[in-house]
Amino acid sequence: MSAQDPQMQFSEAEQRELAQFLEAENAKARIQQTVHAMTDSCWDKCIFKINNKTDRNDESCLSNCVERFLDSSLFVVKRLEDMRSSAV
Amino acid sequence: MSDYNSGYNFGSGASADLGSKKQEVMDKVRGELALANAQELINKINEKCYDKCVPKPGARLESGEQACLSKCMDRYMEAWNVVSRAYVGRIQRESAGQQFGGGM
Repeated sequence: MSAQDPQMQFSEAEQRELAQFLEAENAKARIQQTVHAMTDSCWDKCIFKINNKTDRNDESCLSNCVERFLDSSLFVVKRLEDMRSSAV
Repeated sequence: MSDYNSGYNFGSGASADLGSKKQEVMDKVRGELALANAQELINKINEKCYDKCVPKPGARLESGEQACLSKCMDRYMEAWNVVSRAYVGRIQRESAGQQFGGGM
């Protein structure tokens, strides 16, 4: 079972481990991409003046912005499903 | 998990003992993804902070504009962390709900 080129081949166990690892890193990267997009949009909605610190109002605006964005996404999906099921 | 301050390693690039080839690959992937994330963040900061701090571009970058840019960078990174915590928290709550048959 030894490979011709041990430097280039991973054992089955290592391959499984790498596959899992890549899956996890990809999921993490997708989350970070979404965070970038939401920060972009929520910054425009919440931050008007550049202050010396991020105050509680800014923080809650940003949090609300994220939550409402996700609520909106769920709403849109649900409505599309309703539209589809009623358009027989 | 998603705080900007997680930083990144470039990997040692040292001699690959048997079995650490896998580790090398993993470090390389982590490094590349972290770099891509950092670049995205830098691009966003440049765009947003230039808009906020240099509304009327002059012949040079004034000290007030520089101070604003500095503060803006801090504010943006803090905003990123707030958004990240809110998002991850929501994901965790949603998936916990589903496990227990949530959603009426």
